[in-house]
Amino acid sequence: MVKRTVRLTTGANYGLRDWLGQRVTAVVMAVFILCLAGGLLVAPPQGYAGWKAVFANQWMRIAAFLFLVSLFWHAWIGVRNILMDYVHATGVRLTLQILVILSLLFYIVWSAEILWRA
Amino acid sequence: MEPGKSLKLPKNRPKYLNLLRIKQPAPAMVSLLHRLTGALLFFPGIPAFLCGLEMALSSPEKYARLQAILTSPLAKVGLLLSLWFFVHHFCAGIRFVALDLHYGIELEQARLTSKVVLVAGVIITVLIGVLIW
Repeated sequence: MVKRTVRLTTGANYGLRDWLGQRVTAVVMAVFILCLAGGLLVAPPQGYAGWKAVFANQWMRIAAFLFLVSLFWHAWIGVRNILMDYVHATGVRLTLQILVILSLLFYIVWSAEILWRA
Repeated sequence: MEPGKSLKLPKNRPKYLNLLRIKQPAPAMVSLLHRLTGALLFFPGIPAFLCGLEMALSSPEKYARLQAILTSPLAKVGLLLSLWFFVHHFCAGIRFVALDLHYGIELEQARLTSKVVLVAGVIITVLIGVLIW
């Protein structure tokens, strides 16, 4: 049997992955936000100690971190789409995209620091 | 269309190339606002949110300062506006995922759900606003 190799000749081929990634991260964030909102409605944290206690739970930290990473991933796909649509000068677009990536990587480190330092 | 046959269109059709003069239908407004609110939630949204989270969790003094900042009338207006950006983006996002799953893709339904999203965004924002004021 002859093995057929399919060669993709058009497109960058990351479209479907990004489209799906944006929706999966959206669902992850929506579930987290609705759970968190429900929890805060049932037992609103009182003052600094209350909020501190909420984030002292290791599972809460992990869930919040996964939420934030989903947010940054989601934001990257969205912002990249906006830049591709409206910024046509390649040099400017590339510079902005690099700035967005660097800021999002910085936010990941910052989030981990906020959640685990205390 | 059959070849050789031309579609007869009136010559004096209005040509509005000015976006401000084109009246957008509700689904277009939802889409446009989804993009606009998404951009604003990215910046200044994300850094502002992380700043707030850091202040709320780092020390009682910073928590008190955050509380003082957020209770000023100007900050409350800004917070409410940010909240609307978020709620609209959230509701419109649910609608787009539903459309991707082929729910509500008929024109009438799509128009109706886009109006529901626009109204729900405002109502939910007001409800949360009243709750946290």
